[in-house]
Amino acid sequence: MTDRRNLFNKVWEAHTVGTLPSGQTQLFIGQHLIHEVTSPQAFEMLRDRGLKVMFPERTLATVDHIVPTDDRRRPFQDELAEEMMTAIERNCREFGITLLGLEDDRQGIVHVVGPELGVTQPGITLVCGDSHTSTHGAFGCIAMGIGTSQVAQVLATQTLPLSRPKVRRITVAGSLRPGVSAKDVILHIIRRLGVKGGIGYAYEYAGPVFDAMNMEERMTVCNMSIEGGARCGYINPDQKTVDYLKGRPFAPQGDAFERAKQWWLSLASGPDAEFDDQVEFDGNEIEPTVTWGINPGQAVGISEPIPPVESFPPEEQAGVREALQFMELQEGQPVLGLKIDVAFIGSCTNGRITDLREAARVVRGRKVASHVRALVVPGSRQVEREAEQEGLAEIFRQAGFQWRSAGCSMCLAMNPDKLVGREICASSSNRNFKGRQGSPTGRTILMSPAMVAAAAIEGRVADVRELL
Amino acid sequence: MQEISQVTGTGVPMLIDDVDTDRIIPARYLRCVTFDGLGQHVFEDDRLQDPNHPFDDPRFQGGSILVTGRNFGCGSSREHAPQALMRWGIRAIVAESFAEIFFGNCTSLGIPAVTAARTDLQRLADVIAAKPATEITVDLSAKQVCFADQTIACEIPEEARSALLTGQWDFLAQLLKTEEAIRQTAARLPYLNDFVGC
Repeated sequence: MTDRRNLFNKVWEAHTVGTLPSGQTQLFIGQHLIHEVTSPQAFEMLRDRGLKVMFPERTLATVDHIVPTDDRRRPFQDELAEEMMTAIERNCREFGITLLGLEDDRQGIVHVVGPELGVTQPGITLVCGDSHTSTHGAFGCIAMGIGTSQVAQVLATQTLPLSRPKVRRITVAGSLRPGVSAKDVILHIIRRLGVKGGIGYAYEYAGPVFDAMNMEERMTVCNMSIEGGARCGYINPDQKTVDYLKGRPFAPQGDAFERAKQWWLSLASGPDAEFDDQVEFDGNEIEPTVTWGINPGQAVGISEPIPPVESFPPEEQAGVREALQFMELQEGQPVLGLKIDVAFIGSCTNGRITDLREAARVVRGRKVASHVRALVVPGSRQVEREAEQEGLAEIFRQAGFQWRSAGCSMCLAMNPDKLVGREICASSSNRNFKGRQGSPTGRTILMSPAMVAAAAIEGRVADVRELL
Repeated sequence: MQEISQVTGTGVPMLIDDVDTDRIIPARYLRCVTFDGLGQHVFEDDRLQDPNHPFDDPRFQGGSILVTGRNFGCGSSREHAPQALMRWGIRAIVAESFAEIFFGNCTSLGIPAVTAARTDLQRLADVIAAKPATEITVDLSAKQVCFADQTIACEIPEEARSALLTGQWDFLAQLLKTEEAIRQTAARLPYLNDFVGC
């Protein structure tokens, strides 16, 4: 009999330790990632109870959220940031956890570092106190964000109490038109299914559009699953997954790699796998997509105007009006041509080397508009080095971008990189929430890195296809 | 841990949708190594921009039951968000729906997060606005919210309900009891065993 389980259920069952009195599954966590923001209180919880870390080799730490991207000298000017940095250094030392710290040439955004080191692998369960942990699902694993109490649970027991979600397969058929990126695909999906459409579901992304994507594009898609309400999203492992992992430092080596490959590929959902729900989109219909509101589902194709308020379901109209008022936009208005103040390329969504290549392709030989403050923040030290070696950093600098060092930066503005006042930012990040980029009244327009590059050059929201 | 079957108090009406955790506690307040002191900063940026924000409204001070809309707590996984609400004084949340990570964080803190129909939430919010001193009870045993002379139905996933009712929402203590089973699971996972025999 063929195995009709989808990948999610195969991996879930392999990691089930037992059933808890509440009825939840106790799920073994194969890989835990931590960073400086959501871990200090968890270590305190362990200290309060006199507990140790059960599997210290299954947790890997790095620093990303508060790291300054220009002057990284210690102590940081921000005393609170310095205190957090000192705390994670002490916690990792005391509890025996490997820390890719500020001086480590592997440091970077936790969701960039995990994959590039080969820590993220098919078939594992992976959690981190960060909602964008869904990124790692690109490798065909169960990857989800957790809160700090759960970080403590994983540290102490390497398990979590979880309820099994349903699984929705999202197929994108056909192919993408030129100038349309992975970011546009996921913004399109969230727009169609809504920001709460995924609550209670894991998303499996399937079909030719995802098959054709490289691993970094797949990470962009899975990264934003949480913006659609799905705690995790994944793509079945294939030869691209295997090829990406080969030779990476934390990936299996030699004969073990060959054995691993067989197991990884065997986990993929088969042709007759069962799902709780299925949705299909046509890749040919997707345009470069931009947001106009205050959640990632409030988006349009670049050639479309902002839809009339009346066209939304009645229960959403108040939220749409609130968004338009905050953004100072009108229904029926195009986003195309809207003047921007800041351009930000980076984040766990779009701060990888292929993202920087796409953006540099647009920027090469052009200049950032004189009124725009533009910055590129590589997702990791490794991405930073690669971009410098390939000459991308120089292309950005020549054009007038600030070339920074690795961190989360202006995606959530916990470090010194922030919007000021009512500034509008064209951003390759993942959230356009009110105040997200560091100014309580600052405004964010989400788009792909190539679209941010185009906006930086034009000084306005532009259609990147006209610059390619 | 404490068995939580009922939470009684006055209400704070905030019947809006898609409230994200960046709004509940802005990221700059995540620069901390404890959760102490977060309560005063809850909804800080919203409150600065809205002089009539319910968390500043004198009528709702001392309120412990938050009434809100769809997809409450979406976005960032930061436990700082329910911690900030709890430290402000919120003991239970009644909403149309919750984002999942936020819901899990609430349960870990012993904060019942229950859902109710929009029309019922509107009635509840209206009653609070008209008479802020109204006593409200979120009753997990009966899956009801009672206020004035009205009763509305509420829902909460059975696992969370059971954990709160039986005082077993300190999941860490339960997980710690199963070390042998945890090690057995680790021993059969291919990737923890050099992919031998998979």
